[in-house]
Amino acid sequence: MILGHGAAVSLYPRLAWYGFRRHATYWAAALAGAFTNTVFGVLRAYVLIALWQARPGLGGYDVAGAVTFTFLTQAFIGPMQLFGGGLDLPQRIRTGDVALDLVRPASLQLWCLSEDLGRAAYLFVVRGGPPTLVGALLFGIVAPHAPAAFLLSVALGVVVSFGWRYIVALATCWVMDDRGLGVLSMVLTTFFSGLMLPLAIFPGWFGELARALPWSAMAQVPADVYLGTADPARALAFQALWAAVLLALGALMTGAARRKVVIQGG
Amino acid sequence: MIEADGVGRTFTVRRRVVHAVRDLSFRVAAGEFVACLGPNGAGKSTTIKMLTGILTPTSGRIRVAGLDPSRRRTALARRIGVVFGQRTTLWWDLPLRDSLELVRLLYKVDRKVFRERLDEMCDLLDLGGFLATPVRQLSLGQRMRGDITAALLHDPAVLVLDEPTIGLDVVSKAEVRDFLRRLNAERGTTVLLTTHDLGDVERLCRRVLLIDHGRLALDGTLDDLRATAPGVTSIEEVVAGLYLRSRTTPRTPPPAPRPAPDGPSGRA
Amino acid sequence: MIRTYALLAWTWTRAAAQYPLSFALMTAGGLVVGGLDIAVIWVIFANTDALAGFGLTEVMFLYGASQLAFALADMLFGNVDRISQHIGAGTLDVMLIRPVSPFVQVAADRFTPHRIGRSIQAGAVLAVGLTRLDVPLGRVWMVPVMVVSGIVIFTALFTLGGALQFLLTAAPEVANAFTYGGATLTQYPLSVYDTRVVRGLTFVLPLAFVNWQPGLYVLGRPDPLGLPSWTGLLSPAAALTLAAVAALAWRAGIRRYRSTGS
Ligand SMILES: Nc1ncnc2c1ncn2[C@@H]1O[C@H](COP(=O)(O)OP(=O)(O)OP(=O)(O)O)[C@@H](O)[C@H]1O
Ligand SMILES: [Mg+2]
Repeated sequence: MILGHGAAVSLYPRLAWYGFRRHATYWAAALAGAFTNTVFGVLRAYVLIALWQARPGLGGYDVAGAVTFTFLTQAFIGPMQLFGGGLDLPQRIRTGDVALDLVRPASLQLWCLSEDLGRAAYLFVVRGGPPTLVGALLFGIVAPHAPAAFLLSVALGVVVSFGWRYIVALATCWVMDDRGLGVLSMVLTTFFSGLMLPLAIFPGWFGELARALPWSAMAQVPADVYLGTADPARALAFQALWAAVLLALGALMTGAARRKVVIQGG
Repeated sequence: MIEADGVGRTFTVRRRVVHAVRDLSFRVAAGEFVACLGPNGAGKSTTIKMLTGILTPTSGRIRVAGLDPSRRRTALARRIGVVFGQRTTLWWDLPLRDSLELVRLLYKVDRKVFRERLDEMCDLLDLGGFLATPVRQLSLGQRMRGDITAALLHDPAVLVLDEPTIGLDVVSKAEVRDFLRRLNAERGTTVLLTTHDLGDVERLCRRVLLIDHGRLALDGTLDDLRATAPGVTSIEEVVAGLYLRSRTTPRTPPPAPRPAPDGPSGRA
Repeated sequence: MIRTYALLAWTWTRAAAQYPLSFALMTAGGLVVGGLDIAVIWVIFANTDALAGFGLTEVMFLYGASQLAFALADMLFGNVDRISQHIGAGTLDVMLIRPVSPFVQVAADRFTPHRIGRSIQAGAVLAVGLTRLDVPLGRVWMVPVMVVSGIVIFTALFTLGGALQFLLTAAPEVANAFTYGGATLTQYPLSVYDTRVVRGLTFVLPLAFVNWQPGLYVLGRPDPLGLPSWTGLLSPAAALTLAAVAALAWRAGIRRYRSTGS
């Protein structure tokens, strides 16, 4: 594919739109996912309510805050792809088609990022809406503290999530068993994003560490921005920093992959 | 051996009812060799699936080897062999030998009998060269021979094949045909197959069932088929003529015995 | 039937054994995923001494019992929830022409022995919980009964999930809400949930009989709903009832099966 001048300007938005549309065709699967996320949200909410009844004010949240946190993080599972996946890349690496992608006169990383943003936008609505709505109806959730900052934080969270998943996917070029890698990534993401429990209640140095790692930018931080339990400016800066670091790392790996796949021939 | 009385099967596709098979009646006696012909979408595969118990008919009554296929599916499975040309009954990841061994276990075939039969099949179908190859790496012709072997390990009285020669080269086709002919002649196995290859019919079958829009349009010998188009010599042209006629008059295929109920009648 | 299952499972185990590294990694992965749940329990009890009236050892006992049952049911029959893949790929057609129940064939297809890791882990948690609890011998016999009942209940849930996929071919993930949801639900004492939810789980979808009612009996604790203490002894009956419902649903699914159009 040869791009003329100016084509690149509209290429990436168009890719994002394609990503959006492509996922829109799997609406039944998305709704099924939303249903499952909602059910699990209800189960988690009860456990957290029990915990917050035993320790009111734990981690700086009240009960309503803890419930809101639960349903928000469940709503993030789809757009942030917290269980991994969402990219075609591992599949294309396995089949060798990635060689074609790498010789395109457009950045593979930006290409994937655009499609992923489209995907995330669709899933934010379809898989994020139902859990939030059901949470609000069953338990009542609090209103967003700073809506604009929250949306920005979600977008940055998606970029961080993409940065991480892109690295994991590209690592398939070097690691033999990509399933093991997938499990490792899933474990790190689900636990350290705050999906299973708020990172704010992780004890001691372990908590400090968990809150500083990139995964917290995918669920804990946007939820905190929503609840007003984090300073929006600092939170967004934290996410932007990790986004930059992971994207830079991904770019380096793309170069290495191009050398490996294209020049050495796989 | 096979009895179908007024068999019908409908599918609901996006609220529309598709009559895949309707009011189909025929009998196949033990030891017969019958081919089922018909244009794409006529309902041949659906019929085969009902005869083997995969699909439950929406109307009518079926007996195969004296059993109702959908109610006595597992009992029936021991008496019939089934081959799908378009899909394998073997396990993709296992070598052919292991796949056959699994089939042996599932059908509870005695080890000694299994050895003898496998040797015989190796002889007739020339399996020896690829018994150790995983099924996914077999060529279509090799896989088909493996599938036929798997369907016959338990020595069924009836063999049902859905397009067994699809995609095979001239030599493989001839081998498969020759094998089926001998199976029918020497062991007396009843064979029912569907095909789009009229060569199969000419070389193998005394009797033809022509299915069109889910109905039986003709049940007779090859000569009966030829008689529908006097003066045409090639059997291909005879059948092409019949199929084309069914396209232009979709609701009332010419030899159908009774008027069609209303409603869309599938595609031809 | 059991013999056929064992034969199929053994064949797949042998096939898996040809890739020992992959096998080891998957076992380790399963252990780590299971370890996450334990880490969550650890974080919760780092913050509190009791959750909805239950201490750490009691939660370990309840968690271990339900997760052991779930892990075993998942290893033996969890593949049933992949039925939609078999429907889509047409492999169910092939299973239906064999003289063996399609349920056994689907359950044993690609049997993965590495899931035994989860069971060992859950068993260890259960054992630690039990030894720290000092359960009197007169009630300890209920523990194996509840694990077996739990296996039956979870297997029935997998079967119901599979039967559901004959209807919902486009969205088979819905079944996960019941199977994995059931496993998650029973990790904690049911007293954390609203009493209406617990009633539903007792009288409608009998998940309370996996570890909650029999667990209360073993622990010698009164039921918050006020049900008599022998309710826990009804676990096998509840399990068999659900299994019967699941078997009927499965049969209805097979009869409704429409194959694929090619
Ligand atoms: N599972 C199904 N769901 C919906 N419609 C179906 C299904 N199976 C078959 N049909 C429809 O029933 C009709 C008959 O199909 P069938 O597969 O039996 O035809 P066929 O004679 O085997 O055709 P071909 O020669 O192309 O294999 C077709 O119109 C088909 O679209
Ligand atoms: Mg067909």
